[in-house]
Amino acid sequence: MIELHVILILMIIVAVMAIEIEDLLSSIIALGAVGMGLSLQFLLLKAPDLAITQLVVEILSLIILIKATVGTGIPIKKEKMSLAYLCFGVLFIAIFLGLGLKAVKELPAFGYPLMKMGSQYIAEAVKRTGATNIVAAIILDFRGYDTLGEATILFTSVIGVLAVLRKTGKIK
Amino acid sequence: MKERGMSLIVKRITKITVSLIFLFGVYILLHGHLTPGGGFAGGVIIALSFIHLVLAFGKESALRRLSEAAVSVIESCGGLMFWGIALLGFMGGYFFLNVLPKGRPFDLFSSGIIMLCNIAIFLKVGAGLFSIFIALAIFRMPSEDKREND
Amino acid sequence: MSLYFLCLVLFSLGIWCLLIKKNLIKKIVGLGITEYAINLFFILLGYRVDGEAPILDKYNPITNFVDPLPQALILTSIVIGLGITALMVAITIRLYEKYRTFDINEIHRLRG
Repeated sequence: MIELHVILILMIIVAVMAIEIEDLLSSIIALGAVGMGLSLQFLLLKAPDLAITQLVVEILSLIILIKATVGTGIPIKKEKMSLAYLCFGVLFIAIFLGLGLKAVKELPAFGYPLMKMGSQYIAEAVKRTGATNIVAAIILDFRGYDTLGEATILFTSVIGVLAVLRKTGKIK
Repeated sequence: MKERGMSLIVKRITKITVSLIFLFGVYILLHGHLTPGGGFAGGVIIALSFIHLVLAFGKESALRRLSEAAVSVIESCGGLMFWGIALLGFMGGYFFLNVLPKGRPFDLFSSGIIMLCNIAIFLKVGAGLFSIFIALAIFRMPSEDKREND
Repeated sequence: MSLYFLCLVLFSLGIWCLLIKKNLIKKIVGLGITEYAINLFFILLGYRVDGEAPILDKYNPITNFVDPLPQALILTSIVIGLGITALMVAITIRLYEKYRTFDINEIHRLRG
C-alpha cells in the first residue's frame, strides 16, 4: 500500500509543476504525466478496464491540446495578480480542505468497503448475463441506460466541435 | 510540390504499425466480455490508428480511404444500432432486456446482446473521435495562413 | 485515510488553477487535474484489501473481488471527460482566431 502513497505524492508534485510553468507546451506535457500516473494507480487498485481506457484517452486528449497551442506563440504580459484576489483564493481552498478533512473521517476505513450492491452484482453476473467480465456486464446489461446517456453525450460533443469549427465567410 | 508529412523513417515504420494497431483495437473490442477492455477502449484505439496515419502522411492519405461523409454515416449507424438493440428488448418484456441466447461462459459468442452493444459503441466512439481530429486538422489557424503566404 | 486527504489536495490544486490563472489553456489544464482527482477518489472508495480484479477465471475460483460498481461508473466518466476537453479546445481555438490572445482579461476588454 505504500506504493499508492508514493505515486499519489508524485502526481501532486507534477501537478504543481503543470500549474506553475509558464511555457504552455511544457505545462500540457506535465498534465500528460499526471494522467499516466493515474493509469498506473488504476492498475495497482485492481481496475484493469479503467487503466486501458484512461491510458488511450489521455493520449488522445494530449494530441488535441497540443494542436491548440503549437501555432500560437504570443506571450502574455505578466502583470501582478492583486493581493486581495490571491487571499480570497487561499481562504477558499483552506476552508474547503478543512471541511473536507471532517467529511473524510465519516467514510469507512480504506480497504473495507460496504459493498451492498456490489456483492449482489458479483453473485448474479454469470447466471443472468453469461459474461465473465463483471464490469462489462454492469455497464451494458444491468445499467445499460447510463451507457445510452453517455453515447448521447459523446454524440453531442462531436456535433458541437463540428459546429464551432465550421468555416464561415463569403465565397468569392 | 512540397513534401507532406514526416521523414522517411517515420513513413516506413508507420506502414507496418498501422495495421497492427488496428488489429489490436479489434481484438480488444471482440473480447470485451471476457477480458478487460470493451467498446470504449477499442473505439479510441481505432481512432488513434487513423490519427497515426494522418500524422505521418498528411491528411490526404486517410481522407482518400475514408471520406468525411462516410465517417459521419458510420457514427450515425453506430448510434442507431445501439438504440435498435435497446428497443429489441421490448420483445422479451422490458427496455434493454437481454434477449439473445447466452451460451456457455468463457466462450467467444456468449452473453447475448453485450457483444452487439460493444460493436455499436465501437463504431460510434471511433468514428466520432476521428471526425473531431479531422475538423481540428483542417481548421487553419490564422498564423499558419500568414506564414504560407509569405 | 491519508490517501483520501491527498486526493482532496489534488482536487483543490485543480480548483486553484481554475480560479487564479488568466490563460485559457491553463484553465483547461486545471479542469483536467480536477477530473483526474475525482475519478481517483471513487476508485479508492471501492478498493478491498487482498481483493482481485473483477474478472472471473476459468481454472481458479476466486471469492473476494474489489467493488465493481464504482469502476463501471468511472468508466463512463473518463470518456465524458474526453468529450468535454475536445469541446473546450475547439471553443478556445475559435476565441484565439477572433481576439488573437489567450488572456482572459484582454478578451473581456476587447469584447464587442
